[in-house]
Amino acid sequence: MAGESNGAGVFGSSIRRREDPELITGHAKYTDDLQLPGTVYCTILRSPYAHAKINSIDSSEAEALDGVIGVYTAADIEESGTPGAIPVGWLLPDMKIPDHTMLAKDTARHVGDGVAIVVAEDQYTAHDALELIWVDYEALDGIADPKKATADGAPLVHDMAPNNIAFDWEIGDKEKTDAAFAGAAHVASLDIVNNRLIPNAMEPRAALADYNSITGELTLYMTTQNPHIHRLLMSLASLGLPEHKIRVIAPEVGGGFGSKIHHYPDEAITAWASMQVGRPVKWTATRTETYITDAHGRDHVTHAEMAVDADGKFLGLRVDTYAAMGAYLSTFAPAVPTYLYGTLMSGEYDLPAIHCHVYGVFTHTTPVDAYRGAGRPEATFVVERIVDEAARVSGIDPAEIRRRNFVSPDNFPYPTQVALEYDSGNYEGALDKALAAIGYDDFRRDQAAARSDGKYLGIGLSTYIEACGLAPSAVVGSLGAQAGQWESAVVRVHATGKVTVYSGCSGHGQGHETTFAQIVASALGVPYEDIDVIEGDSGVMPHGWGTYGSRSAATGGSAIASAAEKVVDKARTIAAHLLEAAEEDLEFEDGNFFVKGSPDQAQSLPDVALQAYLAHNLPKGIEPALEATSFYDPANFVFPFGTHIAIVEVCASTGHVELQRYLAVDDVGNVINPMIVDGQVHGGIAQGVGQSLFETAVYDEGANLLSGTMLDYAVPKAHFLPSFETDRTVTPCPHNPLGVKGVGEAGTIASPAAVVNAVVDALAPFGIAHIDMPVTSEKVWNAING
Amino acid sequence: MGISIELEVNGASVSDEVEPRLLLAHFLRENAGLTGTKIGCDTSQCGSCTILLDGKAVKSCTVLAVQADGSAVTTIEGLANGDYHPVQQAFWDNHGLQCGFCTPGMIISCVDLLSTNPQPSEDEIRHGLEGNLCRCTGYHNIVRAVQDAAETMNG
Repeated sequence: MAGESNGAGVFGSSIRRREDPELITGHAKYTDDLQLPGTVYCTILRSPYAHAKINSIDSSEAEALDGVIGVYTAADIEESGTPGAIPVGWLLPDMKIPDHTMLAKDTARHVGDGVAIVVAEDQYTAHDALELIWVDYEALDGIADPKKATADGAPLVHDMAPNNIAFDWEIGDKEKTDAAFAGAAHVASLDIVNNRLIPNAMEPRAALADYNSITGELTLYMTTQNPHIHRLLMSLASLGLPEHKIRVIAPEVGGGFGSKIHHYPDEAITAWASMQVGRPVKWTATRTETYITDAHGRDHVTHAEMAVDADGKFLGLRVDTYAAMGAYLSTFAPAVPTYLYGTLMSGEYDLPAIHCHVYGVFTHTTPVDAYRGAGRPEATFVVERIVDEAARVSGIDPAEIRRRNFVSPDNFPYPTQVALEYDSGNYEGALDKALAAIGYDDFRRDQAAARSDGKYLGIGLSTYIEACGLAPSAVVGSLGAQAGQWESAVVRVHATGKVTVYSGCSGHGQGHETTFAQIVASALGVPYEDIDVIEGDSGVMPHGWGTYGSRSAATGGSAIASAAEKVVDKARTIAAHLLEAAEEDLEFEDGNFFVKGSPDQAQSLPDVALQAYLAHNLPKGIEPALEATSFYDPANFVFPFGTHIAIVEVCASTGHVELQRYLAVDDVGNVINPMIVDGQVHGGIAQGVGQSLFETAVYDEGANLLSGTMLDYAVPKAHFLPSFETDRTVTPCPHNPLGVKGVGEAGTIASPAAVVNAVVDALAPFGIAHIDMPVTSEKVWNAING
Repeated sequence: MGISIELEVNGASVSDEVEPRLLLAHFLRENAGLTGTKIGCDTSQCGSCTILLDGKAVKSCTVLAVQADGSAVTTIEGLANGDYHPVQQAFWDNHGLQCGFCTPGMIISCVDLLSTNPQPSEDEIRHGLEGNLCRCTGYHNIVRAVQDAAETMNG
């Protein structure tokens, strides 16, 4: 393919992914594909009750089964001296932090809470033995609805958290916002449920632990988006082993979408089991297990109101949300409905007054944490739905009301009322491009004609912004993060001029080996094929914070660019010495250093590298070898934005919604590899469309998960979706060396509002203001006929 | 209590004594050492474990190893000899995969689809892949890959 080997032009080209040959031939190794000599298997007995007292556990029958090596409970972990604590990594003021242990001790608090462990010689025996453990449960009342859970008398998840409230958080100015409503010509008001989602990365979580009792070293292969975070938390909290004695390796990882960020009990259990039996231990979740243990997403109950003046200008927004935390505080859960949610409430709009209040609520459910978008899809859904409702009550076209309220391109940096400072943007530019591409005016004519034929077409806009590229460390630290959010890179030029790049990010489908090599090829002017990228091994690269929050290009890519720049600086010093010239007289082009005007007398980067390694003739004070390390801490978040448009047809007699077209105009700054960026947008849209039309985790009144398998939970299939139309505008990020933003979550953030706005638009003749997601035929039919 | 079985897997004979309940997916991964076949669910929904059994695509988590006794199995590792099968090539060329976990099963299903319908419409492709879930691509580039492969194979 054109551009695959040339240095400078590689950045920005759609190079096919170098990851793919192993993946398409079945040779790539995921965690469960790995096998160590003497490996035994671990399974975990999980509570079938949402809430139950554990009176006793009888494991004698299981222990007697041929092939069973051991059965363990919370008491065994306690006796071993292992701390066993599952920590929360984001602290909010006055937050209630209940104990969370590797196994439940005396109370199970959600369906799926771990109760006992089996270790056996083979997988089948390990699963058989689970059925021979007899637990005397005393079932207690459970509750799943985050708003109802705060009512007096609701079953308590933790006695230490009255009314199940984990935290009570607010942002913005309540008084100013209330005053804005006093002067409103119109008030839009909506009650919104943001439906609970189950991540469904195609590879179930797994771990393979190998503890060496002689050296005290633990090697843990696992499904992780962030090996160093897992190492850190296992050292500090769950296992208590010295950090330098833990090596966490991410082999091939089959998708994450957030679900492989968190520190679950399971990987610590697997490691602990290896410490007990002195053999490598493997645990692989069944899909059913992932449904009740992978941290879920969303699950908000919200009331939102927008004040609008007579000209359609927004005066104020107020939002009250009950956000489920589930049974325990998962790793970054408290950040999701607070600093990743409330801070996005200004959307793309010049909004003079905002107040957002959030209760984080314990429920007897699987914990909730970051899932693709994490807080920002929920915020965007609130903002873009209330904007459409504001348009409806004001009698203004949805595109026009947005135009009247956008932050204008000459108004950056724009400080919002909810703590963020947007650095750049051209919101109207993206809107115009999208409206032209979809044929907005023509559509409105077609829509009117169709309605007179009894056909209900609808168009929905979502003019979204997101804050990603997590994140400036001091900022997130001041907000409660117990982690930094900078990123690391090593760029190592070998003696022959070949290059190995190490990144602290940890990809799981994003194509970093390709895109990061593209960055380095352009920066160093060396052939793309001469550059390898290595990620995902805490024993190999410097500490890094991993891949999530659309951060890898903006932070990891910037760290790589910064390390490459240091390499070029050092190489320039050496080249100047070799050319007997002053450094400032040297040009660096296509990997060659030469004195201005004399390109034929060049020292190539491989020439310089060889000299740097031989070290026979280096300038005074310059150390041998040619490599550099960078720890890049971003100056700000990055702010991708854009306009997504959905067109639907709703069948009024059955309620069926058909998504006919979906168009996305995204601005993710400079683009390293357009093909990969488009792929991220496609996947993001599919997950957002999934939320809006198909997917939902359903708990009954007693907090039993009814949608507990892929039979009951509608992960979109190919024929549920149309082909997507994608385009871009480019507003480079002003504060990182590559001008890149992030693209992993944009589709998921933008699309739910676009689809639901389209459905509500289609149903305008029926006077329907809102339908909760997923917008099923049943809900639509009831809305029309109810 | 083992039962002796013998299969032809990717052209080579593989025999073993297995428990009657052993799933073919586990047999291929554990006994035959072919981990290209993935297991993504426990209800036969995801299709990651799809293989060709006597030339037909089946979900190997829904077949007992003993049922496959005497059959010929093709897994993702055996789809092409050395080079890439046109469907593999098309997945690479069209960015039809991201994390790659669903890809072996998806590619096998596409091979089966094109063997029964060499020139499928987009709608036929999408319905033809209803037994295989992908969470990364939104299927957009998988559809492009199947169209591309069809063109190559009909070429």
